[in-house]
Amino acid sequence: MGVSKGKPISLAGSPNSRQLPLGIDLILRLGKTCELLTVNRNFSTDAKETELSVDVRPSSQGRFGKYGGQYVPETLMPALAELENAAAKAWKDTTFTNELNHLLHSYVGRATPLYEAERLTAHYSRANKGPRIWLKREDLNHTGAHKINNALGQALLALRMGKKRIIAETGAGQHGVATATVCARFGLDCQIYMGEEDMRRQALNVFRMKLLGAKVHPVTSGTATLKDATSEAIRDWVTNVETTHYILGSVAGPHPYPMLVRDFHAVIGQETRQQCQDAFGHLPNVLIACVGGGSNAMGLFHPFVEETSVRMIGVEAAGDGILSERHAATITKGRVGVLHGAMSLLLQDNDGQIQEAHSISAGLDYPGVGPEHSYLKEIGRAEYVAVTDAEALQALQLVSQLEGIIPALETAHAFAWLEKLCPTLSSQEEIVINCSGRGDKDVNTVANQMGSEL
Amino acid sequence: MKAEFDPRATIQVSFNKIRQEGRIALMPFVMAGDPDIETTVQILLRLEEAGADLIELGIPHSDPLADGPVIQASASRALKSGTTISGVLNMLSSLKGKLSIPIILFTYSNILLSRGIEAFCQDASEAGVSGLVVPDLPLEEAERLSPLALKEGLDLILLVAPTTPKERMKRISDSSSGFTYLVSVTGVTGERAIVEDRVESLVEELSKFSSLPIAVGFGISGPDQIRQVSSWGADGAIVGSALVKRIAQAKPGFEAEEAAYFCKELREATTKNS
Repeated sequence: MGVSKGKPISLAGSPNSRQLPLGIDLILRLGKTCELLTVNRNFSTDAKETELSVDVRPSSQGRFGKYGGQYVPETLMPALAELENAAAKAWKDTTFTNELNHLLHSYVGRATPLYEAERLTAHYSRANKGPRIWLKREDLNHTGAHKINNALGQALLALRMGKKRIIAETGAGQHGVATATVCARFGLDCQIYMGEEDMRRQALNVFRMKLLGAKVHPVTSGTATLKDATSEAIRDWVTNVETTHYILGSVAGPHPYPMLVRDFHAVIGQETRQQCQDAFGHLPNVLIACVGGGSNAMGLFHPFVEETSVRMIGVEAAGDGILSERHAATITKGRVGVLHGAMSLLLQDNDGQIQEAHSISAGLDYPGVGPEHSYLKEIGRAEYVAVTDAEALQALQLVSQLEGIIPALETAHAFAWLEKLCPTLSSQEEIVINCSGRGDKDVNTVANQMGSEL
Repeated sequence: MKAEFDPRATIQVSFNKIRQEGRIALMPFVMAGDPDIETTVQILLRLEEAGADLIELGIPHSDPLADGPVIQASASRALKSGTTISGVLNMLSSLKGKLSIPIILFTYSNILLSRGIEAFCQDASEAGVSGLVVPDLPLEEAERLSPLALKEGLDLILLVAPTTPKERMKRISDSSSGFTYLVSVTGVTGERAIVEDRVESLVEELSKFSSLPIAVGFGISGPDQIRQVSSWGADGAIVGSALVKRIAQAKPGFEAEEAAYFCKELREATTKNS
């Protein structure tokens, strides 16, 4: 098993247990058993071992295969180098990792449970068919989604770099709220960029950010959604780079962000791994997560990438359908290009102009995707599928009524794929869905769609 | 046709000539297709007449990361008017023989990648373009692309920012061709009231590394700033947002006239000790 290069957390066999966060000591103790109990069935993948190693994810040039890189104005290049160095040093510094782990526990509320969704399991159960379904409860984190794992980590990094002004982009508002939260916690100046259209769809989160002391800047350019908010945040960073840290909220953007954000979210997968071991004694058979930019999926997948027995499925937003022009299924339908500093798959026209994405969920409404996902797709290590707005809405209601958990609209996309997946899996199989966020923020949208007045 | 002249040299030849005249080069920026391609043709012709030495022509992109609000809005208008890469290149081809000053295209990585970098360079060269500025192209990529571009007779002009460390500055000026583009602010394109004093030391620093001409851009908005950067030893001044704004505010049909009027005013400031 590979030990990551100066990464936050290594799994079984790591020589450096002092750097490991909560629960990892257990993995260390159980490491041997873990290997013995690994499911025999090898999920078929085209990927070669050398392509899966963390040493090439990313390469020293910040590339995942051909994806990634640093397509940014020259002004930012020194700041990206500074960030990469600061992160590498921080992961090796127990003062940093101890504080991060302490706050992940006492402030964020980690570890989040791995919950057995018995009624959902029963719902999809047929004779010998239908897997056991587990939910990784990231919705129980402080602020209601996985986003705070990364926001907290990057805020601690900003403090180390002496940068007191924080900027961030947000789509659904979850990353904005998480960033505003940690900025309040550390007394940092917080400026959030959000598309005007998203501010309308996510008015509750806009108010939460303001309440937390952040300034929310409406972005009206382009499509007035996450894509444009990200561009605006990058422009702010180009202008104020000497005093400002940009807490990018997904596994997108120029190197080192896709790696940095993934590493802060990898705690999701690490806990899941241990919890699966405790719950059923082996690795899960299938992992499912929704993919917009792809941070919750990457956080869950990362510790399993080299475990080729584990199937990984990313679920994109098909909006009105992938054959319509209104969708956000970047991996399913996109073409290689450069957006927001990274090469990845993109929704774009023949001239390379970025196209408008569409999804009922503001957090998935993005025409790009993190470069590592494009890579995992290309080497055949992960599968990517898409579900429509209507399917996601249906799943949201189903999970609410069967499990008493209202998932975020983003998360509902992952649940919706169960309809197609479950009939193909045996009752012996264990699947983990990243329940990445809670749906409180979406009730207005959902009520509108269901024709209810609030 | 390409063999008859050495396009490689057009930019440098211009700078040499301008230097001998005791001036710095006036390099206006306009966005192709704003408000429409026909007007852009008129603007380009009138800018040359009014004394522009080289023209930086933007190909609009939907997500222009390095641009401030004025040029973003200009790109949006250009895209709305139906501007395409082929449309811009065809327009330039039609101006061959009518426009004699070098044209430099300013656009983003994805526009090049989408067409294929080599194909883009070939097509641009055939359309009579002399150079390319790609503000989000990483140095590592630029080092790879530069020989390809040169093979097609295109100078790939690289940018240096105020935050660029010295060793990197040297690497950039080693790989740049035509001239080196000195970004005068930490920031996006747009008018600024003053040019920061640190630009003076940046010009000095940069000229130690290379004999390439140095043109200053981002935030140069009027004659005073041209005189300022001229006195600091720059070889060229790029004026973008200030001109684009005037074109946008001109009465419909008077865009080229407005551009020419402003260009004349700027041109007078390019003579040393003016």
